[in-house]
Amino acid sequence: MSDTFDIKQYQIKQEPFYQAQDNEVTLYEAAYAARLPIMLKGPTGCGKSRFVEHMAWKLRKPLITVACNEDMTASDLVGRYLLDANGTRWLDGPLTLAARYGAICYLDEIVEARQDTTVVIHPLTDHRRSLPLDKKGELVSAHPDFQLVISYNPGYQNLMKDLKQSTKQRFAGLEFEYAKPEVEIGIVSKETGVDSEISAKLVKIGGTARNLKGHGLDEGISTRLLVYAATLIQQGITPRDACRMALVRPITDDADIRDTLDHAIDAVFAE
Amino acid sequence: MTATPEERQLLKCNFKRVHDVFDGRMADARKHLSAEGILAYIEGANAINRTGRGEEPVLVYLEEMPQVAMRLGEDVIEEVVSFTRTLAKSPNSKAIPNFLQSLGAAARALANRELFSEYLNLVVQTAIRTSPKVHGIDSMYTSPCLPDFLDSVPHLLTLLSLGGIKKWVDYGTLAYPNDPDKQQEYFQLKTADSRAVVQRERHGTLFADSERKLDLYLRGLWQEDAQYVPYSLAFDEIRKPIPYLNEQGLHLPDVYDDLPNGVRGIDRYRALLAHLSAHRRWTTQLIADNLSPFQRMAVEVFEDARVEHLAMQEFPGIRSLWCKIHPKPIENVEQIEGMSYIRHRLAILSRALLDPAHNYKNLVIQKYVALFAELMAKGATGTIDIQLLGVKFIAETKVASDSAGKIYFEDTEIDYRDDNRMMWVFIEEGDEETYDERPSPPAESEDEFKVPPRMYPEWDYNAEHYRPDWVSLYEHMHPKSNPAHIDKLLEKHSALAKRLKKIIDLLKPQNKVRIRYQEEGAELDLDVAVRSLIDFKSGAQPDIRINMSHRHDGRSVAISLLLDLSASLSDIPEGCTQSKLELSQEAVSLLAWAVDQMGDPLAIGGFHSDTRHNVRYWHFKGYKEPWGDEVKSRLAGMEANFSTRMGAAIRHAGHYLAHQQVDKKLLLVLTDGEPADIDTSDAQLLIEDARIAVRELDQENIYTYCINLDPRADEYVADIFGKNYAVIDNIARLPERLPQLFMSLVK
Repeated sequence: MSDTFDIKQYQIKQEPFYQAQDNEVTLYEAAYAARLPIMLKGPTGCGKSRFVEHMAWKLRKPLITVACNEDMTASDLVGRYLLDANGTRWLDGPLTLAARYGAICYLDEIVEARQDTTVVIHPLTDHRRSLPLDKKGELVSAHPDFQLVISYNPGYQNLMKDLKQSTKQRFAGLEFEYAKPEVEIGIVSKETGVDSEISAKLVKIGGTARNLKGHGLDEGISTRLLVYAATLIQQGITPRDACRMALVRPITDDADIRDTLDHAIDAVFAE
Repeated sequence: MTATPEERQLLKCNFKRVHDVFDGRMADARKHLSAEGILAYIEGANAINRTGRGEEPVLVYLEEMPQVAMRLGEDVIEEVVSFTRTLAKSPNSKAIPNFLQSLGAAARALANRELFSEYLNLVVQTAIRTSPKVHGIDSMYTSPCLPDFLDSVPHLLTLLSLGGIKKWVDYGTLAYPNDPDKQQEYFQLKTADSRAVVQRERHGTLFADSERKLDLYLRGLWQEDAQYVPYSLAFDEIRKPIPYLNEQGLHLPDVYDDLPNGVRGIDRYRALLAHLSAHRRWTTQLIADNLSPFQRMAVEVFEDARVEHLAMQEFPGIRSLWCKIHPKPIENVEQIEGMSYIRHRLAILSRALLDPAHNYKNLVIQKYVALFAELMAKGATGTIDIQLLGVKFIAETKVASDSAGKIYFEDTEIDYRDDNRMMWVFIEEGDEETYDERPSPPAESEDEFKVPPRMYPEWDYNAEHYRPDWVSLYEHMHPKSNPAHIDKLLEKHSALAKRLKKIIDLLKPQNKVRIRYQEEGAELDLDVAVRSLIDFKSGAQPDIRINMSHRHDGRSVAISLLLDLSASLSDIPEGCTQSKLELSQEAVSLLAWAVDQMGDPLAIGGFHSDTRHNVRYWHFKGYKEPWGDEVKSRLAGMEANFSTRMGAAIRHAGHYLAHQQVDKKLLLVLTDGEPADIDTSDAQLLIEDARIAVRELDQENIYTYCINLDPRADEYVADIFGKNYAVIDNIARLPERLPQLFMSLVK
């Protein structure tokens, strides 16, 4: 890797909108000051990724995001030798980049990665703050600005995919929930520009679905989907169609639940 | 308008009562029929008179026919008359008045010539199929059920389609072929299964089908949980029950038809649940003794409106649903002397409170709607605030006729609302209304059955449907005996056990599966590595996933062994020194030992039956239970008794097996004869039921295999189990064969 690598491209230029639900901003700032690794827990679409972006912007640090999946190997994180015509050349992986140049590295949905992959983060997350690159024979010590953030959703993954204790106990945790109705109404309005009456109704429907979690729904309607629905409404789609399309159809194939949610939409949006 | 002399001459009938009503009948006929129609009508009356069955058929005919002809066309008269004449010649001529009586209802409900002809056909079929047969000849005897059937038809037609009635008849004729008394009760709609079949064939939205949706509805929109107690509307004609709420839960109808204005049955349920939930959330109790019945009615109307108003703040869309169901009473009905209009007045008030576009001109109504709106606008109201409004309304509108005995009911029934019984407390004893409709069941005595029975359906191949909840199955732990007995048996077969052990070692899962295309792995995968090298040398980007690793692969099988413990098992077969029971004991012990060696979960159960009311299922070993003295002592105590009702036992074993978290599920049935029971004379019935039970399990991914000790088994075993069976002719070798069979199955 040449020294001309420009970490600035990972800088977040515009402020991402984030509505604090509690004191999580202060907590995060304190953790960052001590460079503690952070774990964000919470259901899908409740604002975990948005929060990290917001904090990176606020702290003016570059942010490298990795979406984890089960095919991901350790070398996808730390880097690998690539073949070229003259032999081989080393390419840093996202984790190495972040450690070298002092970015916040955000591993999204960490439990999706295989367990042998997740252990490579261990040396970076304790007092050592270093990353050994076995293949290259290099020990990268982390830049003072480097911080590791992981997110996971304890709800929907299965037993097999839980994090190991040895991994869990390297992080300070922040738990996210869907925002309270008043806050969520504000978020939907701010994101899309719909008036607060419509957002309130959307949030009401969201609440209905969240009540059904565990009774045939794995996960309630997320704030993200509410924002989608509001976006469709902004484009002139009728609320009933927008809600069916954005809120109901994506989350369930169960006819009974679909029917119930459709009815809830009719009950909330009177003709 | 009276009958003309010509018409009177045409009517060749000497009964005085026929002539007495003839004028009236003709007046009616002229309204509906053409001149030719009237001629055919009178001719028909003569023809029916000539059948010589007295005045009754003629009177009924004259009464019903004009309506029928008007709905279905005038040529239907001839069809009916010729049908009646055929009936008169048959042994069932007594049913003629009942038949003619049913025509009006049939014409109204069917409203179609073809369907009507089918109905006539159904009557013939019912007559034939319910006639007693002696030596296969059936045309000589009267069907005792036909009049009852014809009497039930008008009621049935309000509930079922013609197809549904056909199925109901099918069931009745097939279920009681040898029991005319029971059959008659069936056709009178008196037996429980008769009603159950009607219920199953009903049109409309059945509660049983929608329970989950309603559950989700309550949970989703109201965050509530409820016990539902459905009641039937079909058989309670005098006093239609209305929904109510009490400590036992929500009492609601078991079926709702769609309304003519397009409200679906499920939405009617939701409207009801919304109303009840609103009550549960916002209604507090009032003391009833302080108010007169009228005052209470008015307070109830205001309270209903209040909780609905609050509910609509949250869910504005419910208003349109409620408005569609709520009746719209006409404001200025013609008032009849001696009739009470209190319900009508309150229904108008209720409509006006619910529907902002009500258009009622009555000033008092408008005033109270305004007062109500004012109260609700203040917010934070309670049931107590509403009480005053109700009392005032009655004081302002009361008229003397309110207390009249006859009450005007038109458009006053609001069927999504409950009877508000939870709203009132009665302090003074004695004059409260009693709500307990049924005497509470006697306290359960400590009987021998600890676990309540499980009900299973049984397949009736004649009728091609399930008999719902037909079989009661009781489960028990099998009584214990001395476990040393089983150890002795195993010792006796130690040579066999050694041989089995060898096979078991071969069968044990090999545990390693190769995973290829790994970037990092345990070994180099040469095939892929060479390919990558070729790619690299030829200048293309090589695949770097050239390693492979291994994964452990365990076997995932659960086995349920089901033993037939019927009395025949204690027979000693020819050429043997041991009974089948003893041989089974040995075989099962060996199998259980072998499976334990292999480490697969195994459950052992046994069954026998003493009529459908008592099928016993004995547990010998549970899936997780280790092969030890507990299990051995139960096996040692094995006993044979009663008969073999196999279907229910298979369903029950399958029920447990279906809950095992494994890839492969195997149900082994060890039996020594065909399914039979003392309450079933048709040998084929239980065989067919077992076949369907096996097919049900197949749909749940359970593989069923039968090991049969009956040398004659070939006659039926393939019908039940398809190809999945083995017949063991030399029963003495069972202990050896059973584990071997098992191993070949799971290899």
